[in-house]
Amino acid sequence: MGGTKLNSNQAELAQLARREHFTFFGLTLPYLVLVGAMIIAPIGWLFFLSFIGRDGSFSIENYERMINSKAYIRIFLTTFKISILTTFFCALLGYPLAYFMSQISRKWANICMIGVLIPFWTSLLVRTYAWLVLLQKKGLVNTIAVDLGLLSEPIKFVHNTSGTLIGMVHIMLPFLILPLYANMRAIDPHCVKAASSLGATSIRAFWTVFFPLSMPGLLAGLLIVFVLCLGFYVTPAVLGGGKVIMAAMKISSNIELYFSWGAASALGVVLLAVTMLILFIASKLVSLDQFGQRS
Amino acid sequence: MGFLDQNVSETQIKLRGRLWLYILSAIILFLLIVPSLVVIPMSFSSSQYLEFPPKDWSFRWYENYFFSWKVENGFNDWMAATRTSLLVAVLTIFVATPIGTLAAYGLINSTSRLRTILFPIMISPMMVPIILVAIGLFYFYVQFKMVNSVLGLVLGHSLVAMPLVLIIVMSALKNYDMNQEKVARSLGASRPRAFIEITLPQIKFSLISASLISFLTSFDEIIISLFVAGGDNSTITRSMFLALRDQIDPTIAAISTVLILISSGLLIITQVLGSKSR
Repeated sequence: MGGTKLNSNQAELAQLARREHFTFFGLTLPYLVLVGAMIIAPIGWLFFLSFIGRDGSFSIENYERMINSKAYIRIFLTTFKISILTTFFCALLGYPLAYFMSQISRKWANICMIGVLIPFWTSLLVRTYAWLVLLQKKGLVNTIAVDLGLLSEPIKFVHNTSGTLIGMVHIMLPFLILPLYANMRAIDPHCVKAASSLGATSIRAFWTVFFPLSMPGLLAGLLIVFVLCLGFYVTPAVLGGGKVIMAAMKISSNIELYFSWGAASALGVVLLAVTMLILFIASKLVSLDQFGQRS
Repeated sequence: MGFLDQNVSETQIKLRGRLWLYILSAIILFLLIVPSLVVIPMSFSSSQYLEFPPKDWSFRWYENYFFSWKVENGFNDWMAATRTSLLVAVLTIFVATPIGTLAAYGLINSTSRLRTILFPIMISPMMVPIILVAIGLFYFYVQFKMVNSVLGLVLGHSLVAMPLVLIIVMSALKNYDMNQEKVARSLGASRPRAFIEITLPQIKFSLISASLISFLTSFDEIIISLFVAGGDNSTITRSMFLALRDQIDPTIAAISTVLILISSGLLIITQVLGSKSR
């Protein structure tokens, strides 16, 4: 008798647990419905549109055009070139700063952190505009460079690749520093200390102990920056002055100027596929939580 | 110069040997902070052209921003766009924060298997290139006649803000002991009551930061607005972007200065809240 009572009690508890899980799932429903209806469904539809040709029937002409047309190949090359260079310069500037911040006391590091967060929180458009002002022919950068004798005459920094790069590195730098600094802070200083007490020079201790331990943070930062660069639109549109055309800009002009949804969708699908592939590799290497910074 | 010989690391490195790192870091920090601030003096220039430093000072670009009802080149006037942006940003708080918080609460309590499936889907708005989200939404809104509507903008911006709310609230709940709710419920409180009276007060600082970030995300958003806003409902960043593509109007420097003030204000509030909640 006691056994059946226990069993029915267990069954009831199991049912309660199930109901509980159901409630928790229910709480995520409004979120899931919004994402499903407004992101997944429209993108699914774009995927479908990318296979519709000009005459309205099924075709792969939108993808064929991308492989055959020189203009598209140039856009892909520009997108990758700008993204790779931006990521490279971000690492070059971000690594020493993050390292410095991880070596000083927490109090001073937090003060430096404000310096990283101010640009992070400042509107992207404001920062792009500021570079437009600084880099133009009569801008501050040219004035100073000419006054110091670095340049014999002012050069045009904006409306070309170099202007786009400068602006994008400035905008992306915090995205690299934040995960990298978090990672470096977590490295046990005793590891480096142990290496040097065993006779390693400070340079050797850095390269054989500290640097490998900072790789996950660096990798997370590099991937975030690279993926964000691939889809970048505003900064190249303003600072590139129409000469630097990246994938996102081509998608936009396909729709705004030519109303050609098929071509825009196909390019979008390719951009999405590349992004997802990189994020998939990234998720195998680092935790996706790293991406939880303000973007 | 004795101070150069003090130790600056655990490995007996002297300040002298590390000086280059200090100088390099100072330069990088300078390059991070100062360039955006250049718009502040520019905004007080009296000249049409962007000379630096400005020769004469004036408030004319602020007058242009606050009082011009029609900007010459046919754009929506700046103040109307600012009002739309503010309205949309405030409404985004009220859509993104509750939905994101509920989802974070549900996700943190659900089984880990479900969590690993749902979490990537839920942060997808952050992963998918924003231009795709924008044209997808544009297509969707055309079908439902929601283009150029405030509702369309609010929903679009909420989509982008929700993953941020989700991540902030989830990380707050991870550090929170859910057993406290169990105690309240064993004493007879219903689950909603336990959540509101026990959990909510303890994560309220995170909720406020999440709201501020939702606000800022919406206020700064450009690409979705570029596609789904228009007519009477242009946003300020959209109008600025369109103006920037064509010419350099110093009014933008004045607007930028106001935007810098808003974002630094919000940054200070979240930093203060962050230190309080710790």
